[in-house]
Amino acid sequence: MKKNNAVLLSAPYLVWMVVFTLIPLGVVAYYALTDPSTGAFSLGNLANLGMYLPVLWQSIVYSLVSACICLVLGYPVAYFIAHCGPFAQKFLYMLVMLPMCMSFLLRTLAWVGLLQDTGIINTLLGKIGIGPLTLIRTPGAVILGMVYNYLPYMILPLYATIVKIDPRLIEAAEDLGCNGVQVFSRVVLPLSVPGILSGMTMVFVPSVSTFYISQKLGGTDTVLIGDVIERQFKQGNNPNLGAALSLVLMLLVLVCTSILNRFGGDQEEGGVVV
Amino acid sequence: MKKIISAILAVCLILGCGAALAGCGGQEKTTLYVYNWGQYISEGDDDSLDVIAAFEEAYPNIEVKYSTYDSNEIMYSKLSNGGITVDVIIPSDYMIGRMRQEGMLLELNFDNIPNYQYIDESFRNTSYDPENKYSVPYTWGTVGIIYNTKYVDEADVTGWELLWNEKYAGKILMFDNSRDAFGIAQYLLGYDVNTTDEAQLQACADKLAEQKPVVQQYVMDQIFDAMENEEAWIAPYYAGDFLTMVEENPDLAFYRPEDQGFNMFIDAMCIPTCCQEKEAAELFINFLCDPEISAANMDYLGYSVPASASKEYLDPELAADEIAYPSQEALTNATSFDYLPEDTSRYMESLFMEVRNG
Amino acid sequence: MKRTNRVLTILIFVFLYIPMVVLVVASFNTGKDITEFEGFTLRQYSRLFQDSSLLELLRNSLIISVLASAAATVFGTVAAVGIHNLNPRLRKTAMTLTNIPMTNPDIVTGVSLSLLFVFVGTRLLGQRNSLTFWTLLIAHITFNLPYVILNVMPKLKQMDASLTDAAMDLGCTPVQAFFRVTLYEIMPGIVSGAIMAFTMSLDDFVISYFVSGLDFVTLPVEIYSYTKKPLQPKIYAMFTLLFLMILALMIAMNVIQLYTDKKKAHTRSAGL
Repeated sequence: MKKNNAVLLSAPYLVWMVVFTLIPLGVVAYYALTDPSTGAFSLGNLANLGMYLPVLWQSIVYSLVSACICLVLGYPVAYFIAHCGPFAQKFLYMLVMLPMCMSFLLRTLAWVGLLQDTGIINTLLGKIGIGPLTLIRTPGAVILGMVYNYLPYMILPLYATIVKIDPRLIEAAEDLGCNGVQVFSRVVLPLSVPGILSGMTMVFVPSVSTFYISQKLGGTDTVLIGDVIERQFKQGNNPNLGAALSLVLMLLVLVCTSILNRFGGDQEEGGVVV
Repeated sequence: MKKIISAILAVCLILGCGAALAGCGGQEKTTLYVYNWGQYISEGDDDSLDVIAAFEEAYPNIEVKYSTYDSNEIMYSKLSNGGITVDVIIPSDYMIGRMRQEGMLLELNFDNIPNYQYIDESFRNTSYDPENKYSVPYTWGTVGIIYNTKYVDEADVTGWELLWNEKYAGKILMFDNSRDAFGIAQYLLGYDVNTTDEAQLQACADKLAEQKPVVQQYVMDQIFDAMENEEAWIAPYYAGDFLTMVEENPDLAFYRPEDQGFNMFIDAMCIPTCCQEKEAAELFINFLCDPEISAANMDYLGYSVPASASKEYLDPELAADEIAYPSQEALTNATSFDYLPEDTSRYMESLFMEVRNG
Repeated sequence: MKRTNRVLTILIFVFLYIPMVVLVVASFNTGKDITEFEGFTLRQYSRLFQDSSLLELLRNSLIISVLASAAATVFGTVAAVGIHNLNPRLRKTAMTLTNIPMTNPDIVTGVSLSLLFVFVGTRLLGQRNSLTFWTLLIAHITFNLPYVILNVMPKLKQMDASLTDAAMDLGCTPVQAFFRVTLYEIMPGIVSGAIMAFTMSLDDFVISYFVSGLDFVTLPVEIYSYTKKPLQPKIYAMFTLLFLMILALMIAMNVIQLYTDKKKAHTRSAGL
């Protein structure tokens, strides 16, 4: 194909993406740098951000913890699915996909019904004389909500990488005298790093910006950055501060994902050397 | 496989377009956008009147699109940030004052609203709309504390400080809007609810921050479920909604701190400047003021009706209810929220955000 | 090791499915409280079918996701072919652009698009109603495009370039070569991109929440406002029906795929 045609074919797309992804970010920056009441240039919104650092920090901690829990829980599942027969693989893959297609709002709401003080779990515990336990409106409940909602996003990429690992490599390692643990730590785990990284990103990004999960499962002190942004736009009537917070969140995610990718880059080079 | 899937996709696309076209086609209808509080119109559950369906039946060429908001602030934020158009809104008194001052409301043509004659004299010439140009009262009511008698000791029900009582930590709900929340702190601290004094507002914010550890959630209409299934025991809310809740859970009780003072509010129907179907909007407002319609509506809502003419059609039990229609004596210390200058509103909102997020 | 994995997998699936079971059970409950099963009834289903507004919301969601994913699939496939043939530097820029909506949190994408639409619509064009069906559609196409591109690009890379050359040597025009050879080769990528885009669109809440106005609302956005009011159990009935529909759709797709795989294996072995 001629290069001109290539430009012709891709140009509308590039224009579209510039108009609807880059320019909107410019508008966000514009709002972040103007005063809510006068509309004049102002650094006031950015100056106010200091107050939200604890919230930001809390969001990062919660979502990192969730991502790690998802990894620990998701890896064995992905590994198990990848080593099933072809039919079972398809079936289990479908079972992982299915929750992703259902309304996450209602599924989260079901957790409220399960966890609340007068909820299903506490009612059951009450029948055997335990409780009521404080399950909901704790940091743990928010993390549970994140893990529950985003676990499939960890399992699927992990599965995709693990299933591609050449079984001959494992055989070779075994022939060379590795035991089970060594095979796992020296062959399987390093080869699944790309899946781990993309799984971590896919859990971390939506967790760090969620507002629904913390609103429903969290208490008054488990406010996350997504909550604050949502509230500035929908209730507080301060889109300018909301825009400034959105910029911060975007930068934060950018930094975190590039750190993750840096890890990945090193690992891949390492892999090549071996 | 590929062919099948592309065929499915194509069929879906055609169906989708067809559905979209079908939606656009049909006879010319005026669409009226009504933007109201959640749980604030009789919707035809449990054999009650479906007010919107009745209106559409009376005016077959008008189709109502109904959406809801949780609080005045949310509604204001949506309208002032632009992006949406609505034809009828039902804000509370102070918000009507604010929107009127900011030029966000249209003057009504009362020739189209003959039923305005039924509105009682005491609900006219109010401070938020002194010349009766912009609003037609929809309901009125009072704010008090709803509590569950199974768990809350009557001896503790002494005033607004119940909402700060550590004995019930984790079982107390609180308003999720700045004006109502600050109002409670102001009654408790003995301040004027319409103050513009920043030091007083800051003191209220401190008081609210002090309450935060005992608060289960900041919510609005989720109060219904939480109080009914006893997830929470204490919540400040509107008297009319209490009457709805107590039908589900008879252990609930309502308390108005009559000595400390409490809020009496009027919610009134207005037409915002973004309105595109003013005449239809006025017909809708007129329809809701019809004594029989409004009585049927209030029977379901439990809120109080600002037109004595409607009371005749009301369920007699509700019309005699002391909670819905308190005596003049009980209302001695009731105050209403007035319009606050924009700077003060903004300041109060930012303080409340700090309380919520801090 | 294998056994613990099996046990863990079962536990995880229980964890993933329990809340859904709770919702399904709640849809048959006579009481409205999700925590207490008072008795069996189908009343919520009849309520659901009487509620024209809920069904209209479902229709809205389907319209948006079908239109957006179809548009994104066509547009994205054409663009992917173009990008594939760009010089490396431009290609890298194009892929960076593609990755922006993928790495940005949804809330930032939603906020930025809504600010753009309101800014352009209200301030520049003086419109009163700047958040409409069309802005929602634009937003959905925008976040769908990367899914299509990222699914089609690898297929283009895998494809043997000499195939199109061969087609053209045999007298095809470039357009014919695209439709007869390239399209066929990259079809699996297009299909999986389209399916992904469709599901993303159908279940999108965050972006739609910020971008939709009042006149065209999708189901997830309305469910959000439902969850802020006293809950109406008919919403559980809707969940149950959607669950069954998606389950049926997935099983059907798996069966079709299994069947074609078998046929392929059969023809291949016959060819050998």
